Amino acid sequence: MTTVETASPRLPLAVDKLGVLIAAVAAVAAFMPFAAFRANRIVLGEAKGIFAALPGWEATLLVLVLLAGMAIAITKVPTLWRLATSLVVVALLFVAVGQAGTYLTPPGDRIARVSPGGGFWLLVFAFALLAADAITRLKLKPWRRIAVLAAVAAFFAILLASGTLNDLSILREYFNRGETFWREAQTHLELALGSLVAATVAGIPIGILCYRSDALRAPVLNVLNAIQTIPSIALFGLLIAPLAWVAANVPGAALLGVAGVGAAPAMVALFAYSLLPVVANTVVGLQGVPPAADDAARGMGMTDWQRLVQVQFPLAFPVILTGIRIVLVQNIGLATIAALIGGGGFGVFVFQGVTQTAMDLVLLGAVPTVALAFAAAVVLDAAVELVSPREIPRD
Amino acid sequence: MKPGLIVRLVVLALLVAFVVTPQSFAWVFQPLTKNGQPAIYTQNTLLVLTLSHLAIVAVATLLATMLAVGLAILVTRPFGAEFLPLSRSLANIGQTFPPVAVLALAVPVLGFGWQPTLVALFLYGLLPIFENALTGLTTLPPAVTEAARGVGMTDRQRLIQVELPLATPVILAGIRLSVVISVATATIGSTVAAWTLGEVIIAGLLSNNIAFVAQGGLVVGTIAVLIYDGLSAVERMLMRRTGQRTGT
Repeated sequence: MTTVETASPRLPLAVDKLGVLIAAVAAVAAFMPFAAFRANRIVLGEAKGIFAALPGWEATLLVLVLLAGMAIAITKVPTLWRLATSLVVVALLFVAVGQAGTYLTPPGDRIARVSPGGGFWLLVFAFALLAADAITRLKLKPWRRIAVLAAVAAFFAILLASGTLNDLSILREYFNRGETFWREAQTHLELALGSLVAATVAGIPIGILCYRSDALRAPVLNVLNAIQTIPSIALFGLLIAPLAWVAANVPGAALLGVAGVGAAPAMVALFAYSLLPVVANTVVGLQGVPPAADDAARGMGMTDWQRLVQVQFPLAFPVILTGIRIVLVQNIGLATIAALIGGGGFGVFVFQGVTQTAMDLVLLGAVPTVALAFAAAVVLDAAVELVSPREIPRD
Repeated sequence: MKPGLIVRLVVLALLVAFVVTPQSFAWVFQPLTKNGQPAIYTQNTLLVLTLSHLAIVAVATLLATMLAVGLAILVTRPFGAEFLPLSRSLANIGQTFPPVAVLALAVPVLGFGWQPTLVALFLYGLLPIFENALTGLTTLPPAVTEAARGVGMTDRQRLIQVELPLATPVILAGIRLSVVISVATATIGSTVAAWTLGEVIIAGLLSNNIAFVAQGGLVVGTIAVLIYDGLSAVERMLMRRTGQRTGT
């Protein structure tokens, strides 16, 4: 890595290997369908290249921007430039695909659908890769990474609010079910965050117990490991029978929302999955507390409880937070599967889309899920780095 | 024999017996049915679904392992050094993608059937293996690699005789993670018409037959736990053989 950094200023026009790969991918993608036009929602699409999907001057402009982007990717320009270039190209690609939607849809036609084509996605992938590489090489500080994320999120918020993308099929699907979308979004977040909070509240004390008791540690961790191994849909399913029994036989349980199908088994299963990372990381974090710190605290006459709260826990916190990061990202993804047992969430759109072979509906469920998981990962990775002591390199 | 091993063998024997002759266990699932629903799923035999499920997972994992280890070797050589930082963060970012999303998005490209499932399993399975192979190949004890260089081994000899054998347990841990995720994702693959055990669970959910849900869930859950357990045992054995400490 260091050799790369030091090699760059020596030759102003040296070639960047990764840039060559990215430019090659982008060049291939530019000849692939940029957008697909369909006369209605389910028929097969008609592929449109860049020049067929956009008015002449816009297509020319896009091609020129892409060529400039590829040139900058190939040459070893300062990393900050590469980052700026790649972000600008990705932003323009999204504006262009929105334009393609407007251009390809016959005026007044509410049935025709325009979706981004494979070429568009591959171009976005190539230049996002360039951005990711630049961000990695710049070794941005945590707050800066969050700032980049916030800027990207703000860009998409403005783009969506401006209506530029309104003629794309995925947004047509959204407008057809606006309220449902936000309701499922809320359910999705409640499932992911609710199980996370419950698992943190239960998991940290269990972790502390396991740290203190050798007899407890291995069996508890083994059971949690086995639970995490069971496929989500199987665990969701296996919880249906017991929860239905509880709802039918425990007075008041049904009133609390306990039921065989729906959100209850999903919540219980997500909670069970979340326990392992929280408990295991609490144990590892506490085990990693330097004995010297602990001895010093003991020497000062701290009680067990004081040592735990004031010394051990703060020192173990970064590792515990890493566990919470794993849980959150995992739960945002797993909550999709809750839809199969009637638990709601973005999975509703994914599975409806799969059964109706309406891929834009799949995207309506998948894109927010991926975006949420990605944002959660970036924010929590940054948080872990912020609370970690400087001297000790992580990983 | 140790008691742990006996438990595992009994579980395995029960699993095989159930998958081969499910009807002889019908009495177990009968109490879960209502209004004379069938207790055992018979649309496809459990044996066929289990074998097909395992075959998809095995093929995807094999392909993913070959590509992931190959790529990890490439980016840890001087030639590929420029790709190392990016590939590391890509493996990290890629794993934030939910496997279901990968599966659903493979459908428009590949249609329904086993193909999108295989591709999703393969793509998603790459990441943990690649990440672990990178860790294994970049965190070798410097004393060992120096010694290998010192006795005059070529780059190729060092890779094959020293680096790969030492990294194998870590790579295997990646494969284990990948297989567990694949078994789970293959289960969901039945929503895109792949022949996997998910079919039994989904059929149960659709017809409100808890017996189907329970038997599908039990079979696939048991398979996942047994595979996980078996691979962990192999890992520990390799760690001992290469003289490395067993971590948690």
